[in-house]
Amino acid sequence: MKSMKYNRFVYLALAALILYFPGSPSMGAENTKVIKITAKKFEYSPDKIELKKGEEVQLEFTSLDRLHGFSCPGLGIRIDIRPGQENKLKFVPNKVGTFPFHCDNFCGAGHERMTGTITVTE
Amino acid sequence: MKIDRRDFLTLAGLGGVVVVSGFGGGSTVSASAAENDFFFVQFSDTHWGFADPAINQDSMGTLRKAVEAVNSLKVQPDFIVFTGDLSHVTDDDNERRKRLSEFRNIVSQLKLKNLRFLPGEHDAGLDEGKAYKEYFGETYYTFDHKGVHFIVLDNVSDPTSNIGEVQLKWLSADLKKRNRNSRIVVFTHRPLYELYPDWDWYTRDGSKAIDLLSNYSKVAVFHGHVHQELHRNAGHISYHAAKGLMYAFPPPGSVPKKTQIPWDAKQPYKGLGFRSVNAKSRQADYPISEYSVQGEKL
Repeated sequence: MKSMKYNRFVYLALAALILYFPGSPSMGAENTKVIKITAKKFEYSPDKIELKKGEEVQLEFTSLDRLHGFSCPGLGIRIDIRPGQENKLKFVPNKVGTFPFHCDNFCGAGHERMTGTITVTE
Repeated sequence: MKIDRRDFLTLAGLGGVVVVSGFGGGSTVSASAAENDFFFVQFSDTHWGFADPAINQDSMGTLRKAVEAVNSLKVQPDFIVFTGDLSHVTDDDNERRKRLSEFRNIVSQLKLKNLRFLPGEHDAGLDEGKAYKEYFGETYYTFDHKGVHFIVLDNVSDPTSNIGEVQLKWLSADLKKRNRNSRIVVFTHRPLYELYPDWDWYTRDGSKAIDLLSNYSKVAVFHGHVHQELHRNAGHISYHAAKGLMYAFPPPGSVPKKTQIPWDAKQPYKGLGFRSVNAKSRQADYPISEYSVQGEKL
């Protein structure tokens, strides 16, 4: 009984920490790194993402205005970023390098400069 | 050198037959076959409404110069196709219509009235082609000309750059009416294949269209979007990307980030132009000639 109370305390403390630092990378379930990214005309924030090879990551996207996309062909990942909903993309980077990503849903006059990079290190 | 008749057809009459030069060194074919030889002109990525003197110091005059160049041809093409991005993108619906209207007024100065249009994402990606259709009609269609079946595909009105199941079904039904050796030319804005995905140079479901077209032995695809001349052969299909008429892009992957090539005062209009495409009834491929904005053969 005492152990269950202790576990509940630990979970609540972890949840509070995640809520307290919403824009920072955090560890989700089963040690998955979580990175929150906002998308709006015509930028991502952050637009430079650093990851470790072999380390599972979950990218959580929020659109602040309209439909955007996130495509990183070098890592073989993409997702639609729809406003008003959570858009989660979980993957394990399997190679080292710097890989450009871009918005692949046409979003307006600055669409072509809506880009960023993912850098994966050992 | 200006375009003239020699650039697309060289015929020497011999009674009831003609000798077609460039056809295996000269072959005797029937007069009716030669009569079906023709050429068309491809304009692409005119981006009317774009304004940045660092990129194009003659953004209001470039398209007009190309129109004058085609008007000066001694022999007019059978038709001119505009492979998308007629106008430059704007978030303002009224401004989009203004740009499309101005573009239409300029190309109405062409002597030739057989004009074929298709949209680019700059024209149709923000309103699913609504304004474009008001000025230019349907975004996908077919037409036949002198033994060639032309298919215009729309891979831009859906902002996710999908052709979509409805259009793919329509394409499949159209192709089923052809035989395997039919001469088929496809016009698209974006490349159907993965030309360079890091720069968004592909069509998300393009492979589905390619699968359908791969059942036919004589298929050529002419497209825009990449603002430079590129050619590729894959299977039975040849792909030909066209230069733009407002700004050029660097070769895929040659720079870290895709950016428009700045205007070079020493070489104005460099990287811009249009092309003529020969279609000969007894020749499977389509010889292409590239021209500068002013109509100089390159």
